[in-house]
Amino acid sequence: MGVVSSSIRDQEAETLQPEPLPTVPRTELAISARRLRKVFEDKIAVRGLTLDVRRGEVFGFLGPNGAGKSTSVKMLLDLVKPSSGDAEVLGRPIGDLQAKARIGFLPEHFRFYDWLTATELLRLHGRLYDIPPEALRHRVPTMLETVGLSPHSKKQLRHFSKGMLQRIGLAQSLINEPDLLFLDEPTSGLDPVGRRLVRDIIKSERERGATVFLNSHLLSEVEVTCDRVAFIKAGEVIEIRDMNSFAEGRNGIRARVTGISEDVLLGLHAFASSVLCDSELLTMNLNGPELAPRVLRYLVEHGVEVFEFTPVRLSLEDRFLEILGADHGL
Amino acid sequence: MTHAWIMAGVTFREAARKKILWMALAAGVAFLLLFSLGLHFQMESFEDNHVRGFVRRQAVSGILMMGFYAIDSLVVVMTVLASVDTLSGEIASGAIQAIATKPVSRWEVLAGKWLGFSFMLSLYIALMVIGIDTLAHFLTGVAARHILRGFGLIWMESMLLLSVTFFFGTWFSTLTNGVLTLGLHGLAFLGGWLEQAGALTHTPKAVDVGIVASILMPSESLWRRAVFEMQSPLTTALNFSPFSGASVPSPLMIGYATLYVVLFFFLAIQRLEKRDL
Repeated sequence: MGVVSSSIRDQEAETLQPEPLPTVPRTELAISARRLRKVFEDKIAVRGLTLDVRRGEVFGFLGPNGAGKSTSVKMLLDLVKPSSGDAEVLGRPIGDLQAKARIGFLPEHFRFYDWLTATELLRLHGRLYDIPPEALRHRVPTMLETVGLSPHSKKQLRHFSKGMLQRIGLAQSLINEPDLLFLDEPTSGLDPVGRRLVRDIIKSERERGATVFLNSHLLSEVEVTCDRVAFIKAGEVIEIRDMNSFAEGRNGIRARVTGISEDVLLGLHAFASSVLCDSELLTMNLNGPELAPRVLRYLVEHGVEVFEFTPVRLSLEDRFLEILGADHGL
Repeated sequence: MTHAWIMAGVTFREAARKKILWMALAAGVAFLLLFSLGLHFQMESFEDNHVRGFVRRQAVSGILMMGFYAIDSLVVVMTVLASVDTLSGEIASGAIQAIATKPVSRWEVLAGKWLGFSFMLSLYIALMVIGIDTLAHFLTGVAARHILRGFGLIWMESMLLLSVTFFFGTWFSTLTNGVLTLGLHGLAFLGGWLEQAGALTHTPKAVDVGIVASILMPSESLWRRAVFEMQSPLTTALNFSPFSGASVPSPLMIGYATLYVVLFFFLAIQRLEKRDL
């Protein structure tokens, strides 16, 4: 049996428009974007980004490849000029130098002058942030310590591995103790120890009061670290979720079954907002936890052989696939 | 402007760390030694053949101009090759993103890089131009007529190519940038010789073609004016040098070339300010 996906996905795409943004005083917003759009020649990269990120929260930005995530981040950082719409970052228009002084940014693939040593790189970035030399003398070794690169402080970047480059990139993004930290795929190229380090840094940045805007493919990481998460697809925010309420509200079923027909699958939609059957694996997002026994009875009564039937809490990944479709690679 | 100076310092250090500066200086010193050796043997030959002092001076003046010509060619190549990758390469690799997201204006990034290269090239040109003139004077007693004017014009040619390379660097890839800049300089070079030939053979249309080429790219005009300023008029008149004074770029053309440097510098800034990184 091939992949039979929920027929309500199309309806869902229509109904899952982003909820109207709650009224938050502008001073409490780290990012406020309204209908931010970017068109590259004949391709719409970002259709109309509208979102608010509150100060002090860790905000996840999720979407499949080509959804416009990186372009959105680049627009907020003034690296890419929006075709239309507007946005404020830390209460100032995008590109404002005062706001930039309080922003840290780790690009997806951190690359810099490979002839610099780790210490020289951090000093240079510190000077570009106008950090006084006496403060840098203390801060540079601290940052190197934080990202675990102290033993390599005098090594040139050309001798760094991919993971080490990502670590030094992380250090330069923190050198100004930013109020707003953009992390674009921060765990790219990192081993499990490095990933743990990123998680710890995000946690400590949140405790310091900084806002973190996290663009990541690793959904499990977003799930652990983020307060809220936005799902973006085809250049638009499809949904913004509070991770606390998300954890409470989602119930699903995972079952291993044989002999399920198209009609039975359609009938399952009465119990669930989405139904996905791939080979023998049946995954459903139930409309309520009390419906699980009724689903089991329905399957058995319709001649479906059930080998395994497990009620589960839906993970972020399930929700991601549910909203954005299983056909999108991550 | 502080950030521009920081970028200038980084650019200069980059040239030193990547050994561009040291290799260029080493090659320059080797060139000067070779030139000195050639000049020394030439003087010995003059002595052996009892060549008169007047003829000797004109011949040395001609050889000196050929030395300056070789230096000018080295400066052209050095300017383009050293700077061709600085903007396009960093845009392509994404390295510029880490700088452009700092509280630094894009014009400061560009101006800083331009200043860094400008400082490095000034040192190189000073070493080569002043070096060859001093050596010639020491070995033969012959020196350029107006060495500082010559230095200034060769320096201006380098700055012109630097600005053009920066401008194309904001539009195209490294390779395209190099091909375009050197291609334009080649056009100017050809135009310059056509203009000379046209003036010598009294062919106004050939002269016009040369002038149009100089308007499109005035780099070669600066070199031809530099020859005019450095070469003795007698050497020119007696054809001791391959550089004819038949058609000398006017001060107006030099003013135009100066404007060209400024224009391309600001066009590069304007383009970098507007483009996506």
